[in-house]
Amino acid sequence: MANVLVVTSGKGGVGKTTSSAAIGTGLALRGHKTVIVDFDVGLRNLDLIMGCERRVVYDFVNVINNEATLSQALIKDKRLDNLYVLAASQTRDKDALTLEGVGKVIEELKQNFEYVVCDSPAGIEKGAHLAMYFADEAIIVTNPEVSSVRDSDRMLGLLASKSRRAENGEEPIKEHLLLTRYNPERVTKGEMLGVEDVEEILAIRLLGVIPESQAVLKASNQGVPVILDEQSDAGQAYSDSVDRLLGKEMPHRFLDVKKKGFLQRLFGGSE
Amino acid sequence: MSQVDLLDNDSVFQLKGNMLAVTVLELSRNDLARLDRQLAQKVAQAPNFFRDTPLILSLDKLEEEDEILDLGALLDLCRRYGLRTLALRAKRAKDIRAANEYDLPILPPASHTGRERVVDLREREPANPEPVVEKPAAPAAPLINATKVITAPVRGGMQLYAPGGDLVVLSPVSPGAELLADGNIHVYGPMKGRALAGVKGDTKARIFCQQLTAELISIAGQYKVAEDLRRHPQWGNPVQISLSGDVLNITRL
Repeated sequence: MANVLVVTSGKGGVGKTTSSAAIGTGLALRGHKTVIVDFDVGLRNLDLIMGCERRVVYDFVNVINNEATLSQALIKDKRLDNLYVLAASQTRDKDALTLEGVGKVIEELKQNFEYVVCDSPAGIEKGAHLAMYFADEAIIVTNPEVSSVRDSDRMLGLLASKSRRAENGEEPIKEHLLLTRYNPERVTKGEMLGVEDVEEILAIRLLGVIPESQAVLKASNQGVPVILDEQSDAGQAYSDSVDRLLGKEMPHRFLDVKKKGFLQRLFGGSE
Repeated sequence: MSQVDLLDNDSVFQLKGNMLAVTVLELSRNDLARLDRQLAQKVAQAPNFFRDTPLILSLDKLEEEDEILDLGALLDLCRRYGLRTLALRAKRAKDIRAANEYDLPILPPASHTGRERVVDLREREPANPEPVVEKPAAPAAPLINATKVITAPVRGGMQLYAPGGDLVVLSPVSPGAELLADGNIHVYGPMKGRALAGVKGDTKARIFCQQLTAELISIAGQYKVAEDLRRHPQWGNPVQISLSGDVLNITRL
């Protein structure tokens, strides 16, 4: 049975698209046939981060309007055989998406893929609503700062009330928290919320903590999902998160300040 | 004073209003011979239904120009089939006069015909054939309004309202969430949202919480925001909040 996964946050710029690309690629790396769908119509970015922007011919909106078939619009990843991207339209806006149209496309994708990763736009309006409406699981991407946590909280409320599962009274969407741009140094200085603070406010399962990393920016600009950069801390953290998503128990890494022996002793050491 | 005198003041009766379901025989034509034949068929279908059945005779569907009805013959006919006529529903003056002669009460013509439905004898037949014994009136339900109990986290942007009663929240309440109740509000998880008790103006309503970290609390329109609450010595503690006059009292639980 195919799994529809939405990567959402409410707030913009927290790393939804980076996370969608990394997690989608991670699932494909582990042998699952995966498609990543860009719901950010009008502000598409997923194709850039996946490095397939020069191969976009037809997009999501074309498929909804029956101007192209799904197989024409799906872009196969050059690195992995079982990874595909469905790009968003850059020339349209979010009103081009309809509930019936999106439902039809998701249903068709579910026939052919194990995982459908929906990269949600920011906000709580139509685009974000449609991205999460058909989801079975949700990854809430949050930065360790109050406005992002508040927006995530709002989004969790919407997942629990405005999704298809909620409206049909089915089992609720499985929620995961992905904390991105985490900087342990700034947390110890009290400039950033700690993992425990965010977990306490949102009260959902922690999928992973992605450290603030130069590797993320570099990967975005090169069009390579950061999870493929196995040397980087962010890549490793995403890799752990994908394992946890698949049900593996993994210890959380990169939560503490590194290379500072005396501080490590002071703040409880590393895991 | 004797015992008898004391009892004499006690009322021996009570007047009560009651809604009864009752069979109405609505006559559409003044044709007693046909009524006799058709009633006989009905009785053959469901003999139990026609045993001492209380009945309202409805003549208000008869046209003004129809000839006068032989009420005595109609009553006899009904009685033969086990229908006991209680009253007459009529609008024509001649029918009302006839009813007075037979000392039958008159009901006003049906105004809400939608509330009546045609009796299906097949569904009625297996029912208890005993004459209907009026059940003693159920004791009046105690005046308790529904309490709304919430167990799922209340997220920012959600608004929960308990109309006419209390609101009990067992889960965390996030900043930006709003709890409203006409009665009291109880929060057992961390309370970081807004709580408004007695929103319809009940000054006796209270707010109870395990951890006072609310953005706003209000009882019957009197409110305090976090800016003021933060300075209160009970901030973060389990408290109850009540209203006296226009002052919100925060006391430790």
